[in-house]
Amino acid sequence: MNKLDANNVNVFYGSNKVIKDVSISIKQNTVTAFIGPSGCGKSTFLRLFNRMNDYIDTFKMEGKIEIDGSNIYDKQIRVEELRKQIGMVFQKPNPFPKSIYENVIYGLRIQGIKDKKILDESVEQSLKQAALWDEVKDKLKDSALALSGGQQQRLCIARTLAVQPTVILMDEPASALDPISTAKIEDLIYQLKSKYTIVIVTHNMQQAGRISDKTAFFYMGELVEYDETKTIFTNPKQERTLNYVTGRFG
Amino acid sequence: MNSSKINRIKDNAFKYFGIACTVFGLAMLAIFLGNIIIEGIARIDWAFITNFPSRNPDKAGILPALVGTLWIMGLTAVIAIPLGIAAGIYLEEYGKKSKLATLLEINISNLAGVPSIIYGLLGLEIFGRIMGMGGSLLAGASTLSLLILPIIIVSTREALKAVPSSIKEASFAMGASKWQTVWHQLLPASFGGVITGIILALSRAVGETAPLIVIGALAYVPFVPASPTDEFSVLPIQIFNWISRPQKGFAINAASAIIILLMVTFIMNGIAMYLRNRWQKKVKW
Repeated sequence: MNKLDANNVNVFYGSNKVIKDVSISIKQNTVTAFIGPSGCGKSTFLRLFNRMNDYIDTFKMEGKIEIDGSNIYDKQIRVEELRKQIGMVFQKPNPFPKSIYENVIYGLRIQGIKDKKILDESVEQSLKQAALWDEVKDKLKDSALALSGGQQQRLCIARTLAVQPTVILMDEPASALDPISTAKIEDLIYQLKSKYTIVIVTHNMQQAGRISDKTAFFYMGELVEYDETKTIFTNPKQERTLNYVTGRFG
Repeated sequence: MNSSKINRIKDNAFKYFGIACTVFGLAMLAIFLGNIIIEGIARIDWAFITNFPSRNPDKAGILPALVGTLWIMGLTAVIAIPLGIAAGIYLEEYGKKSKLATLLEINISNLAGVPSIIYGLLGLEIFGRIMGMGGSLLAGASTLSLLILPIIIVSTREALKAVPSSIKEASFAMGASKWQTVWHQLLPASFGGVITGIILALSRAVGETAPLIVIGALAYVPFVPASPTDEFSVLPIQIFNWISRPQKGFAINAASAIIILLMVTFIMNGIAMYLRNRWQKKVKW
C-alpha cells in the first residue's frame, strides 16, 4: 500500500503556477529523493505534505494529497495532528534556544506529557536513534546552540523522532554541513528507513544516488520523471532527466 | 583638485559636523544636569523624602508625590503591559491578513504621535467623568496606559519580528499550535526586547505631567495615597508647582525633586539596559 499519494496537484502563489499537475505515489519504508534545479518547485512540493505552505498568504492548491488514504487538506483534519504523523527536518539546523533535553521533548511537552520517566526515556531513545546520544549524554542540560552544525541537525532529527511520526520530510538536510557531518546524516537516513517513510529534497545528486530507493526529477514545476533511483541515474527515459543527471544543465 | 580629494574633504567636513552636533546635545544635557545638581543636591536628605508639602520651603517634602509616582507607575504597568503585549502578539502573529488589522496598524503608529495633553482630555472625559473615577490614581493610570500602549505594542511587535522565522517553522512542524509557538518559543526568545520596551514606556509615563494635570491631579496633597481610588499628585506636578512659586527656597526644592525624578527614570533605564544585555547574551542565533 502507498504511504503517501499526490493526485493532480497544482500549486499557485497568487497567479503564479509553481507546481503543475504532479501525481506521485510513495511506498512505506522507502527513501524517496526529490531532485531538480533551484526554483523547480521540489521544496514547495515537499512542504505540501505537512502543510507548511499554509502560512504563505497567496498560497492556493488544487488536487489531492493523501496519507494512508486520507486527504490531508480535508477540513476535518487538524493540522497539528497531521504534523505529529509527518515530521520535518529543515535545510538549516534550527534547534530551539533551549537545552538539548528541552529540544528533544518539545513535541511531547506541547502534547501535554509531563511524566518525567516518559520524557527521560524518549530523550535517550530519540538521541540514540539519531546517533547523537554518546556525544551529548553528559550535557543534556546544556544549550543546544553550543553544539556543532552537524550535531544540531542530528538533534533536530532526534526532536522529530521523539513524537514518533511515520513519515519524515527532509528539506536539503545536509546542504549546510561539512562532508563528515553529511556522511553521518546519510548513514542515519539509511538506518531510519526500516521504521519510517522518508522523503528528501537534495541538490546533491551523489547523495540522492547513495541513499534513495526512488528518485523524482522536477523541472519548472513539473514532475519530469519518477522511477527507481538506479534507473534515473543510469537509464532515464526522458532526455531532460539525462541532461540534468549528467550535469549538462542545472 | 581631483575628485577623490574633494570627497575626502567632504567626508572630513561631515565627520566634524557630526562631532559638533553630538557634543552640542551632550553639552546641553551636562549644563542642565550640572545646574540642577549644584542647586538641589544639598537639599536632599531623608526628611525631604519623607515630609509632606508645606508652605515653608525648608520643611516641605515630596513624600505624597513620590508615593503617587510609584502608585502611578505600578498601576499603569498592571493595566498597560497585558493589553500592550496581547495586542502586539495579535497584530504580529494572528491578524496579518485582515483589512481590520492593517487599519489598526496604521492607527497605532499614529497614536504614538498624538500629543499627551489630548490623551489627558480623553482620560478626563472617559475615565474621570463617564466612568466616574474623578481625579483618582486609577483615572491617571488608565490615561497614562492609553498614552504608552502604542509604545508597548510597537516594541512587542519589533521584538517578535526579530525572532528568526526558522524557529517558528520548527515549532509548527513539531505540531505546535499558534498559541503554543507564541508561548513556548516567541515570547521567551523576544523577552529582552519586550521588557526593554515596557520599561522605556513606563519611564515615559513617570515623566508625564500634562495629561495628569488635565484629569485633575492635585498640586497639594497633604496625605499619602493608600488606594487606587484616592486622589494624588506626582513628582512632575510637584516640581511644576514649586517652580511657579516666587520664593527662592521652592526653586531649590524643585531642583532636588528633579534629581529624585531623574534618579527614578535613570534606574528604570538602567534596568532596561541590564535586562536587554542579559537576554541578548542568552539568546544567540
